[in-house]
Amino acid sequence: MTTELLIWLIPFPPLLAFFLIVLFTNRNKALSHDVGVGAAALSWLGSMVVFFRAIGTEHLGEHPIEASIPWLPTGETWFRIGVLIDPLAAVVLFFVAFTIFMIFLYSVGYQNFGQPIGDHDRPGLPPHGATLVDGKGRKYMVPSVEPLYSRFFAFLGLFAFGMYTLVVSDNLLTMFVGWEIMGLCSYLLIGFWYGKESARDAAIKAFMTTRVGDVFMLMGIAYLYSATGTLSFRAIFTEEVLHVLSTTATPILGMSVAGLIALLLFIGTVGKSAQWPLHVWLPDAMEGPTPVSAMIHAATMVSAGVYAGIRMFPLLTAGWHEGAALTTTMGIVAFIGAFTALFAATIALAQNDIKRVLAYSTISQLGFMVASLGIGAYIAAVFHLITHAFFKALLFLGSGSVIHGMEHGVLHTGDHKVDPQDMFNMGGLRRKMPITFWTFLIGGFALSGFPVITAGFWSKDEILADAWANGHLAVFVTLAVAAFLTAFYTMRQITLTFLGEPRTKEAEHAQETPWTMTVPLMVLAFFAITYGWVGIPESFPVLGGILPNWFHEFVGGTLLEHPPFLEFNIVPLLTSLAVALGGLFFGWLAYRGVKSPAQDRLQIPVLKNKWYFDEAYDFLFVKPAYWFAETFVYKWMDTGLIDGILHGVGKVTAFLGSAIRNYIDKLIINEFVGDGTARLTQWLGDRLRPVQTGRIQQYMLASLGVLIVVGSLLFSLLMR
Amino acid sequence: MIPLSWYLILAAALFSIGLFGVLARRNAIAILLGVELMLNAVNINLVAFWRYLNPIQMTGQVFAIIVFAVAAAEVAVGLALVISVYRSRKTIVADELDMMKW
Repeated sequence: MTTELLIWLIPFPPLLAFFLIVLFTNRNKALSHDVGVGAAALSWLGSMVVFFRAIGTEHLGEHPIEASIPWLPTGETWFRIGVLIDPLAAVVLFFVAFTIFMIFLYSVGYQNFGQPIGDHDRPGLPPHGATLVDGKGRKYMVPSVEPLYSRFFAFLGLFAFGMYTLVVSDNLLTMFVGWEIMGLCSYLLIGFWYGKESARDAAIKAFMTTRVGDVFMLMGIAYLYSATGTLSFRAIFTEEVLHVLSTTATPILGMSVAGLIALLLFIGTVGKSAQWPLHVWLPDAMEGPTPVSAMIHAATMVSAGVYAGIRMFPLLTAGWHEGAALTTTMGIVAFIGAFTALFAATIALAQNDIKRVLAYSTISQLGFMVASLGIGAYIAAVFHLITHAFFKALLFLGSGSVIHGMEHGVLHTGDHKVDPQDMFNMGGLRRKMPITFWTFLIGGFALSGFPVITAGFWSKDEILADAWANGHLAVFVTLAVAAFLTAFYTMRQITLTFLGEPRTKEAEHAQETPWTMTVPLMVLAFFAITYGWVGIPESFPVLGGILPNWFHEFVGGTLLEHPPFLEFNIVPLLTSLAVALGGLFFGWLAYRGVKSPAQDRLQIPVLKNKWYFDEAYDFLFVKPAYWFAETFVYKWMDTGLIDGILHGVGKVTAFLGSAIRNYIDKLIINEFVGDGTARLTQWLGDRLRPVQTGRIQQYMLASLGVLIVVGSLLFSLLMR
Repeated sequence: MIPLSWYLILAAALFSIGLFGVLARRNAIAILLGVELMLNAVNINLVAFWRYLNPIQMTGQVFAIIVFAVAAAEVAVGLALVISVYRSRKTIVADELDMMKW
């Protein structure tokens, strides 16, 4: 099979699985997950083949693997859609294939496949557990299977289709299609337990918030199409087109056309990747049924936003060159990224829900990537995107495993008031769940940037080094502080969850999860360490040069001008060492003895309440929207103006009608014409009535008389 | 030979008597008789004109025979009507048969 054909086929097995499950196999849970996991495995296999063929290709950046077909006739020309695997797409495809396959596999265990049906489980609500009776007549509770198990795999399949489509697209349009499919799937998956009101609200919130970004992105796409007449990446990112776009001015803020389009597209990234100010949906998305869907949102789908931003990098930096002052657009991007990184990290400090901490940490880490895009550090952004995807996927699956183990404990004690996601209910889980603990530790250390061995260190260090080397001191300091906080809250999480002694009975009875859940953890933990080694800077002391900096060479080839290697500088290195180790140490120090939220000195209201952004948005947008809908549109426009006009028309018509009725219809038509004719006829009839005597002889006499008269008249006239 | 006008006067007299009978008699059968008189007055006219004006052709006689036939049929129908009326109304007085009145 040719590589091009294979690329075309990659997205389709999950889509096929979606339709198969929805249409045919949805009553059979085993068959449904076979179809779903099988499709994911096929796509994974295809992706791996494509990836290894891609890295085996010389000069892939200049001559990417691409194929396209004519799709829409646009006047004289054709709008072509197709697939493209350049170095960027190849490395992204690699981690996407892995994470998606792991999600599918993990879902089998997480949704309790093989367990009995719950005592009183209902579709749309989380499973509550089933009661079993053993040989001696003792009753005990076990987890029960998710009632909508098949549906979950169908949604995952559709989601995988969207993600693969987005990655292999060679143009903005099909990329946007995949983007929107994922938006729909995130809505469906967040609202998967639609029986819970909070899940419904979160689903709508996520959909509406990302919609804000998507509308701007669509505007950007439309603008780009009208400016260049094409949406194909390879056609846009040529020197001539970029030069024209970057030298044409727009009336807005003195930006060039390229800058304005890049900004509009970037707003799409802000929505999808949950950057400030559109970050509010992601933490609420943790209402999704499982860490699996949480992971979809946090590790895979949100990466799509950054991927789109990275794709548009040539447009973003059009007219800018290494070392020059940032353009307006780049400044905005860098600001939003750095601000988000710090801002989300502060919120993560005070969250107690194990999934929410990770959600805010994701927002923060995405901020790192966006900031590095903003300062032009292309490779650092891609590198961090991929390492982050691996270790964050690991952390989310790990947290899911923890929750699953805790739920086991909850079922054991039967106390359903204990929240299995609250970290203060955990503690000491390292002994109960060793695999989960060690993999979670690896993920957490990678997130914190634990020096040298973890992947997170290399990618984060590269961002910091880039910011320092190019003199973006504000970005550097902000990100360094954010990195410190990251290490701190990660260690807080690990300490509260795994270290110390169990704080509740439930934690004492937690249990390690089945192999379908631990195998993905181990696979991802492997990458969370080793993936960093492909991008070690060659100028790094001691370690540099042992392994070639393959990542820089390979991904750098995507751009027209290959970005130069950075000179080694001790300052960013020391900074990242200090913040990572310091954060981890202080996190452990502060939380090793904490027993309850009351002892946690960081539970300050402003952080706990996420800087009151939900409340502010409620006040600024939601309430006015309701007011606008209810008071303005409904009361004033609809009942006042529209109904007023309608009622006015009604009244005028009624008045006219009654006037016509009273003065024309009744008087002239009825009285004069209608009744008058009748009366005249009646009067005439009355007068003529005596003529009709009914006596035949009188009629005859009359006709004789007439005959005589007529006859004599005729006679006298004719005989004359 | 008796002049033509005598026949015509006879026929006119007979017609007038018949007409008077039709208009003045109350008995429906008498009215029918009056009608017969008028028809026969016409017959006299037809035959008289034939004999005096154009005796070579048979037209006058043929017309008279047609009138006989029509008269016979008419009487049959008329008498049937009279009987039918009598059965339903128990009278054949023309003045009392005034159902066609408003």
